[in-house]
Amino acid sequence: MGTDTAPAEEPLIEIRDLHFARGERAIFSGVDITVYRGEVTAIMGPSGTGKTTLLRLIGGQLRPDAGEIRVAGERVDRLSRRALYRLRRRMGMLFQAGALFTDLTCYENVAFPLREHTRLSEALIHQLVLLKLEAVGLRGARHLYPAELSGGMARRVALARAIALDPELVMYDEPFSGQDPISMGVLVKLIRELNDALGLSSVVVSHDVAETAAIADRIHVIADGEVIASGSPEALRDTDSPWVRQFMDARPDGPVPFHYPAPSLAAETLGGEAP
Amino acid sequence: MDKTRAIEIAVGLFVVAGLAALTVLAMRVSNITAFQTTEGYTVIGHFRNVGGLREGAPVKMGGVQVGRVSGISLDTDTYEARVELTIDSRFDDLPMDTSASVLTSGLLGEQYVGLEAGGMPTALQPGDELMLTQSAIVLEKIIGQFLYNKASGSDSGSDGGTEGK
Amino acid sequence: MIRWLQGLGAWTLARMARLGRASLFLLRVLAGLPGLLARFRLLVHQLYSVGVLSLVIIVVSGIFVGMVLGLQGHNTLVDFGAEDSLGTLVALSLTRELGPVVTALLFAGRAGSALTAEIGLMKATEQLSSMEMMAVDPHRRVVAPRLAAGVIAMPLLSAIFTLLGILSAYVVGTELLGVDAGAYWSQMQANVSFYDDIASGIIKSLVFGVVASWIAVFEGFDCMPTSEGVSRATTHTVVNTSLAVLGLDFILTALMFD
Repeated sequence: MGTDTAPAEEPLIEIRDLHFARGERAIFSGVDITVYRGEVTAIMGPSGTGKTTLLRLIGGQLRPDAGEIRVAGERVDRLSRRALYRLRRRMGMLFQAGALFTDLTCYENVAFPLREHTRLSEALIHQLVLLKLEAVGLRGARHLYPAELSGGMARRVALARAIALDPELVMYDEPFSGQDPISMGVLVKLIRELNDALGLSSVVVSHDVAETAAIADRIHVIADGEVIASGSPEALRDTDSPWVRQFMDARPDGPVPFHYPAPSLAAETLGGEAP
Repeated sequence: MDKTRAIEIAVGLFVVAGLAALTVLAMRVSNITAFQTTEGYTVIGHFRNVGGLREGAPVKMGGVQVGRVSGISLDTDTYEARVELTIDSRFDDLPMDTSASVLTSGLLGEQYVGLEAGGMPTALQPGDELMLTQSAIVLEKIIGQFLYNKASGSDSGSDGGTEGK
Repeated sequence: MIRWLQGLGAWTLARMARLGRASLFLLRVLAGLPGLLARFRLLVHQLYSVGVLSLVIIVVSGIFVGMVLGLQGHNTLVDFGAEDSLGTLVALSLTRELGPVVTALLFAGRAGSALTAEIGLMKATEQLSSMEMMAVDPHRRVVAPRLAAGVIAMPLLSAIFTLLGILSAYVVGTELLGVDAGAYWSQMQANVSFYDDIASGIIKSLVFGVVASWIAVFEGFDCMPTSEGVSRATTHTVVNTSLAVLGLDFILTALMFD
């Protein structure tokens, strides 16, 4: 789908030679990724490779140890807090569990960024909130509290909230994990449709291969702190890199071993006496 | 919106209750009223001993409060206590020869200054000094004196041997 | 031995770092206080959860503490024939010490722990993070109103506690034990000074309000974003606030009633 959208190749996010470590553990060592305007870009990789960390780096919640991150031409890692907050108004982010404010109704959740950042009249806010909720199909659920929603619905409300200020960029953190097939399908459809209808750019972080491949224009696969493959979903499917094949085809064993590194089983179970 | 209204009303009541409690503490529990009615004039009394008199203690005349003690200091010339009495301006025609004494309400109660009116026609003026003062009764001294008299009385049988005086 | 020294050093450094973090955090929150005037409603809602919801425990404790003071005070004073001083005894102990201190301890258990748990859970469920990504500073939006509400609520709660204590001691003293009602009030008024006793009690409870709310919001904000982290932070709030209040009370008493 959607691969026929070929806008002027204008980069929105440019990540160059990114290094980031958490304590002793290096998470990124020299990552280069470009996200183009109007596209859905997927960042894929096994769990624990720091995909969520990458989103936080783009959003300026974390600062890289080295390298640069540009969003819409601005160096996120160098911005003052003020400028960073101004830039963030142009971004939306969908957190893994939705991160809705539990003490507010769905309606108030979506209205929250509008109330914080605009001085719109109550009537106008009402209209906007209903429009955003309609876009995710939950206009009828506006009086419910987050605790009364299913996981998939909570994510859709959070999505409505993320697009409340009409951002240029929406980031999705594992939007498909832990969803039943129906709400997974709904989310897949929503991400693609919102991207095209609202003229957004999207960054999707995920390890769900089939769903992501279905909507992404471009996929970057991360492993061991580096980008090991990039390209359209078709190109990646035809790649002959054994690592990417293992990931895309979901094979249990391959270059990524099934076993966590350990001394040999014989050595440990037999008390090291075995020959 | 109804819930919001209820919350706001509850908070309003809470703040009012808290402020009311503070006001009652200030007006009813403590003697803040003393600081409001210090509009008056000050006269000075010298006492040989004020005992446990404190600033803010009442000044009474015939049992009615007419003012407050507004200052206690030591007069370094006479080595007497110099007590400033602030009298309510309603009582601005106390006689010149009014006398003051440090009294105790009850055996262990608070100490206050009692005024006794004299008979002179001229009135006390602000800054005047009271001519007649009587010090606080110090219990130890009275008991000491009592025991001393008793001892000397039984010793000689007469009032003869008072050489130590 | 070296191991032990190293452990002590590491512990001290960690404490200092945490104190530094807490101070920077407070500065950032204080910077958000002026903006609160424009968002008065946020403050009102926090006053509800911090103040109004603490009212029941404050009222009940105030009444019982007053009744106990009335009984015990009477038992002690009657030996000296000084039961007329009951009002003074009760009022002085409540305004100077018991009012501010007990209120602060109850506050830590009721409102402080709730603040920590609330902010900690908001952190654990990424609500704070998502707020930041919406370009809303949680220091201003979440923490500042809660801190301000704690500081405002504490003296009010303390005043209510103190007054109820004095009134219930009055009821016990005059109705049950036969103290003269007039003596109760007049002795109290003669010996309780506004500046020395009432005002310094208010200052104490203001200081306790700042400290208790600061500890509560910081523990929540600084906790590990897991359920274990939140529960540990909540415990820390109650323990640290109690210790800080008792320690500070000694210092403040020494400074104010020298």
